[in-house]
Amino acid sequence: MSGKGVEYWRWSEYRLTVPNVKLEKAKVITAGIDVGSVSSKAVVMVNGEIYAVAVMRTGSSSPDSAKKVLDWALEGTGLKPSDINYIVGTGYGRVNVPMANSTLTEIACHARGANYIWGPTVRTILDVGGQDIKAIKCDEKGRVLSFLMNDKCAAGTGRGMEVLADLLKIPIEEMGAASLKVDEEPDPVSCTCVAFARTEAISLLRRGWSKEKVLASYMRAMAIRMCHLLERVGCEKDLVITGGQSKNIGIVSRVEEITGLKTLPPPNWRENGRDPMAAGAIGAALFAKALYEKNQNKA
Amino acid sequence: MTVVAGIDMGVQNIKVVLLRDGEILSHGLAPSGFEPEKAARQALQEALEKARISLSDIKHVAATGVGVELAPMVNSKVSIVSADAMAAVYLFPSARTVIDVGAEESRVIRCDGKGNVLDFALNERCAAGAGAFLEAMARALEVRLEEMGELSLKAKGTASISATCVIFGESDVVSLIHKQEPKYEIARAIYDALAERIASMIHRVGLEPDVMLVGGVARDVGFTTALKRKLETEILIPKYPELAGALGAALCAMERVGGSRR
Amino acid sequence: MIVYYGYADGSGEYYIVVDSEKCNGCGECIKNCPQNALEITIMMVDLEEQQVASVKEEHRKKIKYTCAPCKPEQKTPPCVMSCKPKAITCIWKRV
Repeated sequence: MSGKGVEYWRWSEYRLTVPNVKLEKAKVITAGIDVGSVSSKAVVMVNGEIYAVAVMRTGSSSPDSAKKVLDWALEGTGLKPSDINYIVGTGYGRVNVPMANSTLTEIACHARGANYIWGPTVRTILDVGGQDIKAIKCDEKGRVLSFLMNDKCAAGTGRGMEVLADLLKIPIEEMGAASLKVDEEPDPVSCTCVAFARTEAISLLRRGWSKEKVLASYMRAMAIRMCHLLERVGCEKDLVITGGQSKNIGIVSRVEEITGLKTLPPPNWRENGRDPMAAGAIGAALFAKALYEKNQNKA
Repeated sequence: MTVVAGIDMGVQNIKVVLLRDGEILSHGLAPSGFEPEKAARQALQEALEKARISLSDIKHVAATGVGVELAPMVNSKVSIVSADAMAAVYLFPSARTVIDVGAEESRVIRCDGKGNVLDFALNERCAAGAGAFLEAMARALEVRLEEMGELSLKAKGTASISATCVIFGESDVVSLIHKQEPKYEIARAIYDALAERIASMIHRVGLEPDVMLVGGVARDVGFTTALKRKLETEILIPKYPELAGALGAALCAMERVGGSRR
Repeated sequence: MIVYYGYADGSGEYYIVVDSEKCNGCGECIKNCPQNALEITIMMVDLEEQQVASVKEEHRKKIKYTCAPCKPEQKTPPCVMSCKPKAITCIWKRV
């Protein structure tokens, strides 16, 4: 049920080819491969534009997942991995992408990808994963200025949300909407520690609080923690949220309210491939182009 | 004849210790539940009945513990850290580092031979370093907490889980179960994780022998074994480790009515 | 790039912060850390590799206890004191 390999908001594996991108005009073909603990993503770019994307579950072997997701992205395009001029690998922990020419940190790739997806106005990125939260500050070119990751404490992570979903027996995708069904926003739970908050939630239910009110109280506390981390790196517009929690309107609306910033909505990625979930792979593919061109200039 | 009482308003249990002329007379315990004040009166009543005395015989009541503000019939308050230090040297005069693992909070205290606090470190508002960690892990492992200790003794230490967060620890336990890791190995990993957390706390104040362990968790053989292994030192454990706070409060009460510490 | 090593939990926030733009990789902070918690890593900043100080992986999630003996809540820790370019700083907040 829980642990590694659990998706906190349902997503489906997919691949797509972006229409209207002409392979014949390709001067540089690059790829970015991002192998995460839960999902693996590959993005293929032609002259720095997204051409093909694939997103799938990470298997038990990182190198295998890297190969599989790249092959899947190339499916139907007529391209082979050897046609790619430069590949950058990235991802969680010790990255193992054997076909990569270089490996870069996921933070740098994520920020660069967010800049590509949403444009040069993005300055603050809140990335909420299953077991960690990242706050990233970047400039107009998507370069990381400031970075903070919290993976010590479950408060605000997808796993922390799942704890309440289990307790209240509400499907995780419905938690957000349910938390907004309150007449008046209650105070946040007094404990940010999820283990203690869980106990507090039980006593609130005993006191006659509705599930929706308990959820609102809990989500508020979690949103406060997220905003606290954002404040550390300096929260500036435009703000975007990536990761599983980006689909949790209970969190998104509260983060917007606390920071006073409207988050940029996700673009129509099914058409143009700009899937926020693939931000790391997009950034990696862009870095691949830059590194390839740098090498060409040296030669 | 001077009788004093110490009340430890713990998160899970209220403990009471009665002292007569500096010697332990009796003790009482009641679960805090939703009405800690009521539980405190219950625990006190139990101690009085065992001692065959009445409330009016008590010269001074001192209270300590996380819920100290709710303590009834209190003449004075004592910090849990001071109470632990006093109780430690009373029980073991050579104790200089006292570890108190409570239900929701933990402390490590360095003291001198007279029971004065020299330095201390707290683990609060985070369930990872307290008894709550073991309770949650036992639930995730689907074993009874009372049995988890013995179970862990069989293990060689092939598994490990996250020590920094109860919630991540629970995920790790579930993952290990899926990977068919034997329950006794997971049980040991749980105690090793808590011991690691406590050992990190000790780092804050420095370890000086003799090391003493108090608090309800000291009754758990799985934890004491893991802690001894982690610290690589012998650990003194009193017969009633959960009563240390109340004993320390009672010793404090004695001082305050003009008696002196043994 | 400014990197925050550490965490926030129920009890507070604890970070050792390193600014790669100011850090010259001199290693003074590493020498002065009594817990041996710091190291030099190679970081890719703007496609160039740079030597920067960082907190060792095994200490990041228990930094509250690793740094505690230096008592950062009371005084400036030795790593911060020893850094001439002021690249390393410390945030220590108990709730």
